[in-house]
Amino acid sequence: MTRFVPADLDELRDAVAAALAAEEPVELVGGGSKRGLGRPLQTPHTLDLSRLAGIRDYAPSELVLTAGAATPLAEIERALDAAGQMLAFEPPAWKMLFGGGGEPTLGGVLACNLAGPRRIKAGAARDHFLGFRGVSGRGEIFKAGGKVVKNVTGYDLCKLMAGSYGTLTALEEVTVKVLPRPEAVATVLVAGVDPPAAVRLMAAALGSPHEVSGAAYLPTGTALALALPIDSGRVALRIEGPAPSVAARRDSLLREHSGAGRAESLAHSESIALWRAIGEVAPLTATAERAVWRISVAPARGAEVAQAIARSLDTTWFLDWGGGQVWAAVPETGDAGAGIIRAAIRGPEGHGIGHGTGHATLVRGSPALRRAVSVFEQQPAPLAALSRRVKEAFDPVHILNPGRMVEGL
Amino acid sequence: MQMPLPDAAVILRRDEIAAALRLIVPGEGVIVSEPERRAYESDGLTAYRQPPLVVVLPSTLAQVASVMRYCRDEGIKIVPRGAGTSLSGGALPLADGVLLGMAKFNRILDIDYDNRCVVAQPGVTNLGISNAVAGAGFYYAPDPSSQIACTIGGNVAENSGGVHCLKYGLTTNNLLGLEIVLIDGEIVRLGGKHFDAGGYDLMGVLTGSEGLLGVVTEVTVRILPKPATARALLIGFAETEDAGNCVAAVIGAGIIPGGMEMMDRPAIHAAEDFVRVGYPLDVEALLIVELDGPAIEVDHLIDKVEAIARANRATSIRISRDEAERVAFWSGRKAAFPAVGRISPDYYCMDGTIPRARLAEVLARTRELSEQYGLRVANVFHAGDGNLHPLILYDANQPGEIERAEAFGADILRLCVAVGGVLTGEHGVGVEKRDLMGVMFNDADLAHQQRLKCAFDPDGLLNPGKVFPQLHRCAELGRLHVHAGRLPHPDLPRF
Ligand SMILES: Cc1cc2nc3c(=O)[nH]c(=O)nc-3n(C[C@H](O)[C@H](O)[C@H](O)COP(=O)(O)OP(=O)(O)OC[C@H]3O[C@@H](n4cnc5c(N)ncnc54)[C@H](O)[C@@H]3O)c2cc1C
Repeated sequence: MTRFVPADLDELRDAVAAALAAEEPVELVGGGSKRGLGRPLQTPHTLDLSRLAGIRDYAPSELVLTAGAATPLAEIERALDAAGQMLAFEPPAWKMLFGGGGEPTLGGVLACNLAGPRRIKAGAARDHFLGFRGVSGRGEIFKAGGKVVKNVTGYDLCKLMAGSYGTLTALEEVTVKVLPRPEAVATVLVAGVDPPAAVRLMAAALGSPHEVSGAAYLPTGTALALALPIDSGRVALRIEGPAPSVAARRDSLLREHSGAGRAESLAHSESIALWRAIGEVAPLTATAERAVWRISVAPARGAEVAQAIARSLDTTWFLDWGGGQVWAAVPETGDAGAGIIRAAIRGPEGHGIGHGTGHATLVRGSPALRRAVSVFEQQPAPLAALSRRVKEAFDPVHILNPGRMVEGL
Repeated sequence: MQMPLPDAAVILRRDEIAAALRLIVPGEGVIVSEPERRAYESDGLTAYRQPPLVVVLPSTLAQVASVMRYCRDEGIKIVPRGAGTSLSGGALPLADGVLLGMAKFNRILDIDYDNRCVVAQPGVTNLGISNAVAGAGFYYAPDPSSQIACTIGGNVAENSGGVHCLKYGLTTNNLLGLEIVLIDGEIVRLGGKHFDAGGYDLMGVLTGSEGLLGVVTEVTVRILPKPATARALLIGFAETEDAGNCVAAVIGAGIIPGGMEMMDRPAIHAAEDFVRVGYPLDVEALLIVELDGPAIEVDHLIDKVEAIARANRATSIRISRDEAERVAFWSGRKAAFPAVGRISPDYYCMDGTIPRARLAEVLARTRELSEQYGLRVANVFHAGDGNLHPLILYDANQPGEIERAEAFGADILRLCVAVGGVLTGEHGVGVEKRDLMGVMFNDADLAHQQRLKCAFDPDGLLNPGKVFPQLHRCAELGRLHVHAGRLPHPDLPRF
């Protein structure tokens, strides 16, 4: 059992080359905060990337930032904050979800392609990932992308790295797009709304010109640690921007949706706290012994899918992304609802996998559970075969995080 | 530009291949006659011409899959084509290759306002999507200037942008799903109406892959509610540097305009001569800044941008008072290409991106190169995201001018890379910038990209001769080079 702790790109290359020569896989660890995400690994060696850290170039007016891949997210956010900017995809830390251990890093949120509530307006990590340098499973240093916000030179390998969970390349340096932080934030809450009506309300708000940047729904019984006024079916809509614009849009939304339930608004700092809690999955973190699923479906189906699951399983759930993201906590018994949840995604028509109806990820579960059920959605044969060929193009001997996404890969 | 040597044996089989394709796509869907093939001989990069071996225009998914399977089995190359507006030669045919035209895939399959998306066949035009949803107050955000002609499939293949992409993103940021056909005829669906498919983001990789990885047969895009209002400022500067500083200050103030375009003196004059909208002619740089969104926000930001422009020594500022005036401000910029086309028999459009802070320096160096090569240049610039479009003016009928224009263009792109930028911001590599890839990427970088190609297309049959300067065989690329002698590394920190 070796723990490689490379201090620079060359040492990273040597570490991967050593593992490759020995044909002994490594587990990539940045800050270690998301080790519980994905299938559990049992590798002979650990590749600790934590020394590949630090902001290397940040030009606020160019809207780009380059940093060592293991730079703590908190450090990035401090630097951006000082310049009035942010990572617009709102990378969640999920510290409460995973019990707090480890420090989230920039490379980690990119490799897992995470995104917070602003996903619906600003995109996910993939949409802000401009370039990188790293070492593939072939033990070779290479780079892709660039350090400018607009670039189509060569294949967009950043997209491939985003969401590859360290199975293709050990990232050493990454460049991301950054954006101005909005001057003001407000939230409109509409209470007393049932799930189907909530999804319709969110669709109407997102289809309006009010530039809603967050749309979530907490059904009756799903509690939030924050002291929200009412506990019965609440839709939350976020608006951001220059102060006069936020006030005007808040008032329009209050007016347009007051018929659906009791409508009221939250001011700046309460809004920030609320949306952080939603991004951090706070409504489900109290139930530490439960499995937590993240389900991505067409937004209009969010309530229907959540209710179908709740009919068969003891479920605590809520919706984000206008209904497009269902968060569900279920008891960790049997397959922790995997079969029921995936059937609900396929819908009453019983579409096959890979039909574009959505996917479920087991975000939190015991190692035994994550070994037993597919953490990520299974793929139809041609897509699975293609994904395998892609993996092997970068990591032919399967030495980087093998089995983290798919068994045997 | 050297294309892969055509295979004479395949060319001799033209009639046999056409007959086989006719069994898959009956009737007029297979084109063999010389004059009809000639209609497809080039795309938007008209300096290169090559009629294809045969043209096939399938109209169903099953036909696309069968054509691909046939070509794979027979070892015949395929060049996919949308509307043929690529400016980098991405759709340039091959003498020994089948041109797979997607024009008949021209239907919108589903308009879904509840999920704010449209499912379209790849041959639907970019503007066709926006038009289909305009009545309900929606639009599709990426808007290449070619939007009345270019197809959504071509947009996906090129990851196209437009003047609004600083705020609203390129094609890749506005896609939800794709259906693709692989070279062996397998059909794969990626994404859908939901976000972020589990597994590798192959949709993200397909986007911008220039027809080298698979053929796109269906696209699901996000649509957005139209902004409530839009207003624009037209700002003139006596110095390019002031204009550059103004752009940086706008962004520094936390404002991301819907569009922020710059033109230099030659471009301003050409445009004004053409459309006569009252562009100031005594300035070195002209900036169009468009703010869109709720009316109250737009008014608020217009005031802010105006103040920033004054602080950065603007010599003239006009603010659109109504929609007609806003459109007039844009008309010169939107007509920049044809306007330049009027003052020169031919022009060559470049597409590098630079860090904006280097703008003044890059423009000054471009002017020096212009004198050195004896060719005029006009610059239009997506100023917000640093994407520069120098238009090199030349006359293809003058011996040697086209080569000079290309050499000049290559020097501009080398300059873009040298200052920290990239070869192409939105037009793609194609054949045009293929041989410059080595300026930006080393052998290991390119090998990693080509191995991805091998995962999709091991025999290199899809659009060969584009993007990569050298075609390596996949077997050779796949070989592992383990330097056993160098290992293990006792010097490595281990604990
Ligand atoms: C006047 C003018 C203005 C332009 N302005 C802009 C601009 O503002 N922004 C911008 O980004 N671009 C611009 N372009 C470039 C061009 O319009 C875009 O690249 C466009 O996306 C190409 O679409 P197309 O349908 O014409 O594709 P084509 O030119 O036919 O093909 C382009 C590439 O895509 C591949 N391809 C096409 N269809 C498919 C498919 N279904 N499956 C797989 N591969 C496919 C081809 O093989 C080729 O490599 C402009 C071009 C012109 C002529």
